[in-house]
Amino acid sequence: MNKLNDKIGHFPRQLEDESIYIMREVAAQFERPALLFSGGKDSITLVRLAQKAFYPGKIPFPLVHIDTGHNFPETIEFRDRLAKETGAELIVRYVQDSIDQGKAKEESGKYASRNVLQTVTLLDTIEEFKFDACIGGARRDEEKARAKERIFSVRDDFGQWDAKRQRPELFDMLNGRIAVGENVRVFPISNWTELDVWNYIKEENMEIPSIYFSHKRQVIERDGMLWADSEHLNKEADEIPFEATVRFRTVGDMTCTAAVASEATEIDVIIEEILSAEISERGARIDDKRSEAAMEKRKQQGYF
Amino acid sequence: MDILRIATAGSVDDGKSTLIGRLLYETNSITKDKIEALETASKRKGLDFLDLSLLTDGLIAEREQGITIDVAHIYFSTPSRKYIIADTPGHVEYTRNMVTGASNAKVSLILVDARQGMVEQTARHLSIAAMLRIPKVIICVNKMDLVQYQESTFEEIKASLTELVKQTTFEGQEISFLPISSLYGQNITKKAEQMPWFTGNTLLGELEAFEYAETLAHAPARFPVQFVVRPMTEAYHDFRGYAGKISSGTFRVGDAIRVLPTGQESTIATIEKFEDKLSEAKAGDSVVITLSTDIDISRGNTIVLASEANAPQLKDFSAQVCWLDHQALTPGKTYLLQHGINITKAKISQITERLDVVAQTATEGVDSLKLNEIGRIALRTAQPISADVYANNPSNGAFILIDEFSNSTVGVGFVQ
Ligand SMILES: Nc1nc2c(ncn2[C@@H]2O[C@H](COP(=O)(O)OP(=O)(O)OP(=O)(O)O)[C@@H](O)[C@H]2O)c(=O)[nH]1
Ligand SMILES: [Mg+2]
Repeated sequence: MNKLNDKIGHFPRQLEDESIYIMREVAAQFERPALLFSGGKDSITLVRLAQKAFYPGKIPFPLVHIDTGHNFPETIEFRDRLAKETGAELIVRYVQDSIDQGKAKEESGKYASRNVLQTVTLLDTIEEFKFDACIGGARRDEEKARAKERIFSVRDDFGQWDAKRQRPELFDMLNGRIAVGENVRVFPISNWTELDVWNYIKEENMEIPSIYFSHKRQVIERDGMLWADSEHLNKEADEIPFEATVRFRTVGDMTCTAAVASEATEIDVIIEEILSAEISERGARIDDKRSEAAMEKRKQQGYF
Repeated sequence: MDILRIATAGSVDDGKSTLIGRLLYETNSITKDKIEALETASKRKGLDFLDLSLLTDGLIAEREQGITIDVAHIYFSTPSRKYIIADTPGHVEYTRNMVTGASNAKVSLILVDARQGMVEQTARHLSIAAMLRIPKVIICVNKMDLVQYQESTFEEIKASLTELVKQTTFEGQEISFLPISSLYGQNITKKAEQMPWFTGNTLLGELEAFEYAETLAHAPARFPVQFVVRPMTEAYHDFRGYAGKISSGTFRVGDAIRVLPTGQESTIATIEKFEDKLSEAKAGDSVVITLSTDIDISRGNTIVLASEANAPQLKDFSAQVCWLDHQALTPGKTYLLQHGINITKAKISQITERLDVVAQTATEGVDSLKLNEIGRIALRTAQPISADVYANNPSNGAFILIDEFSNSTVGVGFVQ
């Protein structure tokens, strides 16, 4: 990456205006929208944008969290506090329930994760509440299939994304008209990069979960990456936990997000580390590494 | 920090995706893990070089066929600005995706294969760049390596395009020509060693130097109301604010305003952006405006300055259109017309002409406009729309047409 220190702290404000515009379109065009909240920095950014879009009114849609049961406890704690502070309604649905109902099956082996399973719970939740639009924090710079997404992305009855049938999306005109049963996934921060998000968090002085900052924790080393040790991680006999000073660059499940060794306790240092990082953000996502087209295939199934 | 949006154009296989991959590669914008993934994918395709087009061709179908199908958005930044690039497909079948990518661009990079020179897509994309009024077009003559980097080839192509360019361009549009090799990185971010005869800037140099006069802040003031904010809480019991993104011009606290189409007048009491109270706001700002009196305003209304005598209210008008759907546009049909955020029904009364993009001539008396065709139509809307002539105020002069039954976006129009 460019090692350009003068990029630090320069957030292009135009991006915020564009995202707020998108938030308002969602509220106006749909009857039952929801904001999918994962507890990560991108969805925290979404909540901030929603707050700004409707201020001094409240966020006019619920925050929905699909709890895999493998979340970092810090994330859950943060989620509850944020919902309380913003006064937004919080809806939580559990992957464990989908497993108990026999709708989803726990994976086995050392790479077992609930990342794929959460799609089942998500689709059920959409159906339960009849959500017609779900706002997500995906960014186009994250992954090559995401680079192809529209801002308003129409999904069929089964939540599937059909890359070949995307609607033209011209200028800033968003067409959210859908047939019964269809729904729309909305990505207000599509055009933000990882660096933009961090610069925004910094400029807005936003709070984020503590795991984004350097801390000591028990980890194991696997495939050249550091994994947080937890009861959910299927360890092999020679994978012995040890203490390390780490932080997380992206926050997903404990079973599919690797940590980076870092001493960064301040946001400026994190931004510097990102600018000089040799590995992309999703390089630490084990879920993307399953195959070259892992993301596109999951999106076809209704994944975010 | 400002943002410059760019879109690629040109025929299939001209090297658009490779060019963008190269641009990111040479500006060190691709991380190691992504380069490794490109290496693996290139090897799997049996290539002995790094296929940089795979950086943006991210769909399974695209990788299988080696072509771009849908637009990919990709980002990089320099110390001076952030770039948003739309890499669009060259295949004529996917023109609608090309138009999607180009609609927000301020610079269009139109690629031409040095071996082929001008082809129909060159003409189509120049016409689209003109239709969208993209302020700068860089015609990149690519694959110069395959013509021994000869100056004469470049000059011949340039000469052969002069006539066409003269016909499509509009006043204020900048057009330049650039000989490049995307595969070998000639003239992308570094001066081409292989083409010492070329004295112009590199591609990145041209992009960095490009400044477009942002005229939107000086255009007539337009504020389309997106959402009415009514908290009805104790603290904000009587608060009634109008949320929206200013599409052009500037609004100041104290300005006398008029609401279209109702014609009611009032004065701006506050302009707010979250907790901040501003004294003015300009094109591009997402704000909440409150007025000094309670008047009836709903989503889709447009606020303009009361001092503007004849703010536009169109019901019968003509427009240039580009058709984006497999089902052709036929006169007499009714569509939903979305202008900005405002939707009304519209009936196409007539197709007045169809443009032949290569000859740049218009055919009158046509009875349909097919997928990817450009033409002129006369239409009538159920409710008046507050649209400006696109050429005068691009941010408020375009609309889309939506099929009422399929809900698809089937066309894009530009008020004339
Ligand atoms: N020799 C040579 N080959 C090139 C150059 N640029 C691109 N190519 C090759 O041309 C082929 C097509 O390149 P792409 O970048 O996929 O073309 P494209 O314009 O993006 O194609 P579509 O998006 O499908 O319209 C690939 O095999 C590239 O390696 C160049 O400068 N020189
Ligand atoms: Mg391509």
